[in-house]
Amino acid sequence: MTNQRAILAVADLSVDLGGRSILRDVSFDLHPGQLCALIGENGAGKTTLLRTLLGLISQRTGTVMIDGEAPRKHRALVGYVPQKITFDPDLPLRTRDLVRLGLDGHRLGLPLWNTRTHAAVDAALQAVGAEDFADRRVGELSGGQQQRAVIAHALVRKPRLLILDEPLANLDFGSANALVDLLGKLIAQQQMTVLVTAHDMNPLIPVMDRLVYLVDGRAATGKVAEVVQPEVLSKLYGYPVSVLRHGGRILVLPDAPENADVANLNRCAGH
Amino acid sequence: MFSSFMINTWIAGTAIALVAAFVGYFVVIRRSAFAAHALPLGAFPGAAAANLLGVNPFVGLLIFVGIGMLLLRQLARMGRRDVGTGLLLVLFLGVGALFLSMTNEYAPEVFSLLFGEMLGVSKADLWPILGICAVVSVLMITIYQPLLLDSSFPDLAALQGISGARMDLLFLSLLALVTASALPVVGAFLVFTLLVGPPAAAQALSRHPLRSLLLAVVFAECSIWLAIALSYWSNWPIGFFVGMIGAGLFTLARSYRSWSQRQRGARRVAVP
Repeated sequence: MTNQRAILAVADLSVDLGGRSILRDVSFDLHPGQLCALIGENGAGKTTLLRTLLGLISQRTGTVMIDGEAPRKHRALVGYVPQKITFDPDLPLRTRDLVRLGLDGHRLGLPLWNTRTHAAVDAALQAVGAEDFADRRVGELSGGQQQRAVIAHALVRKPRLLILDEPLANLDFGSANALVDLLGKLIAQQQMTVLVTAHDMNPLIPVMDRLVYLVDGRAATGKVAEVVQPEVLSKLYGYPVSVLRHGGRILVLPDAPENADVANLNRCAGH
Repeated sequence: MFSSFMINTWIAGTAIALVAAFVGYFVVIRRSAFAAHALPLGAFPGAAAANLLGVNPFVGLLIFVGIGMLLLRQLARMGRRDVGTGLLLVLFLGVGALFLSMTNEYAPEVFSLLFGEMLGVSKADLWPILGICAVVSVLMITIYQPLLLDSSFPDLAALQGISGARMDLLFLSLLALVTASALPVVGAFLVFTLLVGPPAAAQALSRHPLRSLLLAVVFAECSIWLAIALSYWSNWPIGFFVGMIGAGLFTLARSYRSWSQRQRGARRVAVP
């Protein structure tokens, strides 16, 4: 893996917004074909980190390299799926048209449908399983379908890195599982590299290779087994936390204020 | 109906309807109907001021619609675009009333500025109107794709390097230009109907972006031609007909859309 160049390399990244320090000394690498989960609670700095990776915000110190260059130079290499997806129900735009705007939305002049655009749009629609609603108004689709439409919009330019902001936040269990399957498939079939933010890591455990655990702007990074450890996370949170594992699920909980009691409980359970 | 003094009206009306449909298409998508209502009224004191100073009303219109556009943008940046737009609208109407109170040629001029005048297009007015319409059409076709993406989903547009602030400025400038050219013919109140009626109806009927734009142009042309013809025969103000046709088109198209949605819903229930 180390002989391949990192598709995304973040080193000692610090970002301030409005005079407030949002991210401090965040470092991690992401290699082709990996899925990385960016885990943290609301306000931990997940969205700020993503926007910095996309080149929409500038950092105070540190570097972000996408395939060896600054993010702004590599727009076509990165696909992005924002968290809030809302389309007006009356919008005269079919799913197909939205996907197509991913290909040439920045171009001037009227759009021309040719065989190449058709093929690219059809391939993106098929990759996310959106053929059934390709010709419906995008504003009339369900939340999960709109999300697939936006993923296809991001995929149509064949990016090497796909970034999704809280894609599981508003999905029911069934749709969330289907989306995780889809991400796994994109990685396997298209050698895609994926970065996903979430406040709960559990749905992503089956597919994720790397983890960036953000607490209050600072990060612990590595493999799940390395990061999700009481010692690592306690240091990150600044107070003692426990990690409970059960049936392949992980729960991170702060220790009770009298942590002696919890320690006692653990000891009792151990005996 | 096609005598020499009517020809100017037909030509100007046709050109105005074309660009009103182009710009109005995005007014509807961007949900900027309130701004499209306020800008023409912002232009109205400009014509009144020009009248007062004895200069070409068209110059006054352009200056005031420009000021209105910039103020609107500034207020929108400060947040609460809707409240800012509303306050600006009344402020401009107030300024217009002040200017009018200073002149003595009062009623007919104002009436035609607010409600339009079929015979208000002189040969000297025609060329600036056609020039503006040509510029707006070319610009609109040029920025069609980025503006469509920015109007549908600004975040996705930003990722392709399309600046939302720049798009907003461009769009408001085009809106201001269309307003200034349409106002002398259809009047301040009714520019709005011409801007949003045909595109809203077209978008309710077609989900295809380019087809609904074409349909909006067809609707706008038919509306203005019908309004000019009816106004000529009946001697009633053209504004009345523009207002009636715009509201009628919108109502019909919306009814059709909710009817077809119900049909589809029923079919989905019947065949699960």
